[in-house]
Amino acid sequence: MKSKKLLILLLPVVAVIGLILFNACKSADNSNTADAGNAGLTIPAGFSATAIAENLGGTRHLVVTPQGDIYVHLEGARNGKGILVLHEEGGKAIVKSSFANYGGTGIAIKNGYLYASSNSDIYRYKLNDKNQVIDPAKPETIVSGLTNKRMHNSKSIILDNDGNIYVNIGAYSNICSDYDKDKKGCPVLNDAGGIWQFKADKLNQKQSDGIRYATGLRNVVGLDWNQQDNQLFVMQHGRDALHDLYPSLYTTKQSADLPAECMFALKKGDNAGWPYLYYDWMQHKKILGPEYGGDGKKEADSKYLEPAAAYPGHFAPDGLLFYTGNQFPEKYKNGAFIAFHGSWNRAPEPQEGYCVVFQPFKNGKPDGKWEIFADGFAGAQKDPGNAAHRPCGLAQGPDGSLYVTDDQKGTIYKISYKK
Amino acid sequence: MKLKIAISAFALSFLFFSLSAQVRPVKKHRSTGSSIVRGKIVYTNICLSCHMANGAGVPHLNPPLINTDYVLRNKTNLIKIVLNGFNEDVEINGQTYSNTMTPHKDLKDRQIADVLTYVRKSFGNKASSVTAAEVKKVRAAK
Repeated sequence: MKSKKLLILLLPVVAVIGLILFNACKSADNSNTADAGNAGLTIPAGFSATAIAENLGGTRHLVVTPQGDIYVHLEGARNGKGILVLHEEGGKAIVKSSFANYGGTGIAIKNGYLYASSNSDIYRYKLNDKNQVIDPAKPETIVSGLTNKRMHNSKSIILDNDGNIYVNIGAYSNICSDYDKDKKGCPVLNDAGGIWQFKADKLNQKQSDGIRYATGLRNVVGLDWNQQDNQLFVMQHGRDALHDLYPSLYTTKQSADLPAECMFALKKGDNAGWPYLYYDWMQHKKILGPEYGGDGKKEADSKYLEPAAAYPGHFAPDGLLFYTGNQFPEKYKNGAFIAFHGSWNRAPEPQEGYCVVFQPFKNGKPDGKWEIFADGFAGAQKDPGNAAHRPCGLAQGPDGSLYVTDDQKGTIYKISYKK
Repeated sequence: MKLKIAISAFALSFLFFSLSAQVRPVKKHRSTGSSIVRGKIVYTNICLSCHMANGAGVPHLNPPLINTDYVLRNKTNLIKIVLNGFNEDVEINGQTYSNTMTPHKDLKDRQIADVLTYVRKSFGNKASSVTAAEVKKVRAAK
């Protein structure tokens, strides 16, 4: 009698435990390719993330072919090779081969060629019908001798649909103050601080053969071609050290939040205004730089290009990708993913960034507030020396999955959506 | 003991002040206290945002100040870096660093001596002090 009563009392408890166990098994079944922790990342419900490759080195930008091959560029060549070829199968990507005797950032595929950049040159490799490089030892030189004065020297590349290739040539200075002492105009802009355009199929070009397509851009690492607008979009790394240089105008907190990291939609001839101005994302204004008479409030000349969107200071946008796939939910279609490498110039304030952001778009324009899409790359310590991982490059796979590189340890993440 | 209390009181008031003040007052260089204590204040105001509070720098961009010949060996070269800035290839433990350091000629001899003394005796570094006379000599020789 007593034991029967006990059983009745315990029945709901047993039922709940059973339900929990059943659900746990079910969800384990659902995510058979993703490890339970989403590779340490926090991502929206319905998405899963896996680390498909690890410890590759300083993996910068990457492309994924329709055949599932990944070309990823290493910041510095490893064993004399700067580009790794990985093949993905069954949730893991295995290094198949490596080539290119130079490190670098830029990599792109267009019209049967793989394009890649060192910090001073752009090369291309002919691909076969399976998008494999035919002769890895013999690249064609598209451009050589691009400005490379150490600071901001990484070259990011992207191609349009009209036979042109675009390359960022970063300014070799924070704010040009060492080069423009008389404030007569920053000479760095003559050979850097902008985007240059070259013919994608013309060999052996020099920087002077190209067109300075847009200027006044301090340093761009993330860029992509928007197919809806048929237009180049870039992410600028904003200036550093407002407080260090002008302690009476900016607090350390203001210097951490300012200036904005800006997204620009570029047209030929645009001038984004570096070093003369910066964008204040809180006032929504282009502010005259303190080096050129600004006080944190005076607005800059309106002739300079307005950003398409703006993000908090020093987040360091290193990757930009317009999502054109069909796998993710509808809201992501034609929107932008931005890989924020993470800050160093916010000290003594806490460092920020170290995440992948989604920027909604509508009719080819940013529409609505950005949101953090993937976070947790840094792990326990969000600072440049101790972060476990730092997002850098972005690519879209043939099935519509999103690929993210980490150049701290060399992880490649694959993020997919499951209905 | 009294000195310690005074220092922490100063540090605390500085913290509150910098948190609350919209426009920070220009700080005067303290002439009291030891060189290393004054040096830490200079470091916090001028060096920290690039070289970090722990002197570890930023990978690929800003070099570390820990256990490197640049900091520990030749004082004259070290003083020159602060005075003239630095825009050369630097490789430390196999890593290269690409950011340009701006010159800090505007600092007084005493401030440079203090901050370099702080750097040479912090972050695990154990090297001799730098004096204002040494800075003056390097500045004049230039």
